[in-house]
Amino acid sequence: MAKAEYRLILKHADEPGYTVDIDCYLSHGGYQVLKKALAMPPDQIIQEVKISGLRGRGGAGFPTGVKWGFINHEKNTKPVYLLCNADESEPGTFKDRQIIYKDPHQLIEGMVISAYANRAHLAYIYIRGEFAKGAEILEKALAEARERNFLGKNILGSGYELEIYVFRGAGAYICGEETGLIESLEGKRAYPRIKPPYFPAVLGLYMCPTIVNNVETLCHVKHIVEMGGAEYARIGTPNNTGTRIWCVSGDVNKPGYYEYPCGAITFGELLYEVCGGIRNGNKLKAVIPGGSSAKVLRADKKYKIPKKKEDGSTEIVEMGLEDIPLDFDTVAATGSMSGSGGIIVMDHTRDMVECLRNIAEFYAHESCGQCTPCREGSLWMKKMLDRICTGGGRPEDSKLLLEVANHIAGRTICAFGEACSWPVQSFVEMFGEEFEAKQRKESSLEILEPLTNRTA
Amino acid sequence: MNATEKDLPQLEESFIEEAERIISQYPVSKRSASLPLLHLWQRHFGFVSPQGVQWIAEKLDLEPIAVEEIATFYPMIRQRPLGHYQFKVCRTLSCALAGSYEIFEYIKKSCKTVNEVGHHVYVSEDGKFSVEFVECLAACGNAPVMMLNEEEWMDVTQTKIDAILNHLIREKRKEEF
Ligand SMILES: Cc1cc2nc3c(=O)[nH]c(=O)nc-3n(C[C@H](O)[C@H](O)[C@H](O)COP(=O)(O)O)c2cc1C
Ligand code: SF4
Ligand code: FES
Repeated sequence: MAKAEYRLILKHADEPGYTVDIDCYLSHGGYQVLKKALAMPPDQIIQEVKISGLRGRGGAGFPTGVKWGFINHEKNTKPVYLLCNADESEPGTFKDRQIIYKDPHQLIEGMVISAYANRAHLAYIYIRGEFAKGAEILEKALAEARERNFLGKNILGSGYELEIYVFRGAGAYICGEETGLIESLEGKRAYPRIKPPYFPAVLGLYMCPTIVNNVETLCHVKHIVEMGGAEYARIGTPNNTGTRIWCVSGDVNKPGYYEYPCGAITFGELLYEVCGGIRNGNKLKAVIPGGSSAKVLRADKKYKIPKKKEDGSTEIVEMGLEDIPLDFDTVAATGSMSGSGGIIVMDHTRDMVECLRNIAEFYAHESCGQCTPCREGSLWMKKMLDRICTGGGRPEDSKLLLEVANHIAGRTICAFGEACSWPVQSFVEMFGEEFEAKQRKESSLEILEPLTNRTA
Repeated sequence: MNATEKDLPQLEESFIEEAERIISQYPVSKRSASLPLLHLWQRHFGFVSPQGVQWIAEKLDLEPIAVEEIATFYPMIRQRPLGHYQFKVCRTLSCALAGSYEIFEYIKKSCKTVNEVGHHVYVSEDGKFSVEFVECLAACGNAPVMMLNEEEWMDVTQTKIDAILNHLIREKRKEEF
C-alpha cells in the first residue's frame, strides 16, 4: 500500500463539489486566518514565518522569513510591493496550476496575509501567459474578494489597505527569474538584473523594496499563521519543514502531483508505490528530481549522503537513488536539487543523449541573450547535440560539451547559466558511455526509442 | 482621442474602456501596461500590427520603439496573423517522452499545414490552421499537452485530434454557409 498523502495545500483542490467560488471557500473556513492575521502585529507574522522554517517553493529553497527580514521597516520610507511568482515555467512542474485553477482564494488569502506582514499595499500576481484560463479565474476571485472587503480599503475594518492585480506574461521562461519578472512587470524586456543587490527586497519593482514569492510559498504562509510557526515546523524534518507537492511526469504508470511532508517519502516509494511503477514494467534508468534545470540522477548509482546521528555527529552513508527521502537537503546532498519539485522519470528504453538534446533545445530557445556565455553556449550545446543525434558525432564531443557547459555556469547575470549547464554536465558525467557510443556511432544503442521522429 | 485612434475606426468604445481599465491597474507607472495592452490588442485583432504598437505607445506616452521592443521579445506576441485555429503543441521533455513529436506531425498532416512560416511554425494553405511547437505548458503529468487557441488540452491522442478537427470543420461549415 502506498503511503497516504498529507494534503495541506491541496486539501480541498480535488474534493468533489469544491469550486473556485468564494462562497465555497468561505464555507470551508476561508478568510478566517486573514481575520486572525489582521489582529496580529505584522512583525509577529514575520516571526512566525521565521520559526516555521518555511523555505521557498519556487526553486531555490530560500528561507522565506529571512527574505522578509531584509526590509528594515523602521528606516524604509518607500512603498513595499509583493509579487507572486505564478510563472510556473520550469519544465516538469505543474503544482501552482493546481492551486490557481482549483483553489484561487487560498492563494489570495495567503497573499493578503503576506502583504500585510510586509507592509505592502500593492501586489501583483505574475502569471504565465499560457494560463489564460487561470488568469480569468484569478481575476474573478479577486473581484469577489474585493466585494467582500478582503481586499481594497480598510480590509475588514482593520485600517489596512491592499490591491492585488493579475499580470500576464507572454511565453518567456526567463520571466520566472525574479528580476526578469520585475523588469517584465515594469514594461520592459525580461532581462534579469545584474546582482548585487542580490534580493529585490533591497531594490525591486520601481526601485522599491519588493518581496517575490512563489504561489505555493504564499499558500504555506496562510497555514503557518493558522497553526503557528512552531506547530507547522513539526511537519517534515528539521530545516525541511512543511509539505511539498511533488509533480511526477515521464515514464511512470500514474504521473501526477502528490503532497507529502518533506522527507516522509523516498524516491522508491513515490515512483513504485504512489505512481504505480515504471511504465510497461520497464526498469528505472534516471530521474531529474527538481525540474529540468536540476542535475539528472542515475538509478543504479550510489550516493553519499551525510546523516545526523543520535549524538549530533554526522556520518556519511551510501544510498541508492530509491532510498533517498524527498526533501530539500538530502536531494541537495546527491549533488542535484529538489528545485521546483518537478520529477521527470526516464526508463531503460530511453536514449539519454536524445533526452539531453530535448532539454538543451529548451534552454537555447529561452536564453534571454544578455550574457555571451549563456546566449552562445546554450545554442552551441544544442547544435552539438543535434549533430550527435543525427549521426555526426565525434569522439571529442563529450569533452567539448563539458567544456562549453563549464564556461557558462558562474559567469552569467542570472542562474539560467547554471540551469542550462547543469543538465549537460550531469548527463555527460552520469551517462558518459551513451554519449561515447553514439559518438563512435555504435549500433548497440538501437534498442533505444528515439524521442523524436524528425531528422533535424 | 489621439491621432491614431481617429485612424482606427474599428476601435470600439468598449476596447478603449478596457484599455483604460488595464492602465488603471498600474498607478505607479503606465509603462507597465505595455504587455497587457499588447495582449488586449492581439486578442481583438489576432496579431499586433505597427498601428497597434503606435496606438499603445501613444496611450502610454512612450516612444513606439519601447513597445516594439516588448512585442518582439515575448514569444506569445505575434507580428503577423496565424491560423484561425492555432495548435500549440508542447515540445519539452515530459511531453516528448509521451509522444508529442508524433502528435505534432499528425496535426501537420491532418490540417495540411504545409507552409513553414517560422521555426517550428506551420500554416495551412487556406490560413485556417496553424501548428507550432511551444515549450513546457506546466501540465506535464498529463502529457502530451497542447493548446488550441487559448484552450488547454491534456493527454492528447490522435483520436482526440480527429475528434477536435471533425468538430472544427463542422463549425467552419456553419460559419461559411
Ligand atoms: C531561470 C529561472 C527560472 C525561474 N522560474 C521560476 C518560476 O517559474 N516560478 C517560481 O516561482 N520561481 C522561479 N524561479 C525562482 C525565482 O527567481 C525566485 O527565486 C522565486 O520566485 C522566489 O520565490 P520563493 O522564495 O517563494 O521560492 C526561477 C529562477 C530562475 C533562475
Ligand atoms: S544567464 Fe542567460 S538568461 Fe540569464 S541574464 Fe544571462 S543571457 Fe539572460
Ligand atoms: S513538458 Fe509538456 S507540459 Fe511540461
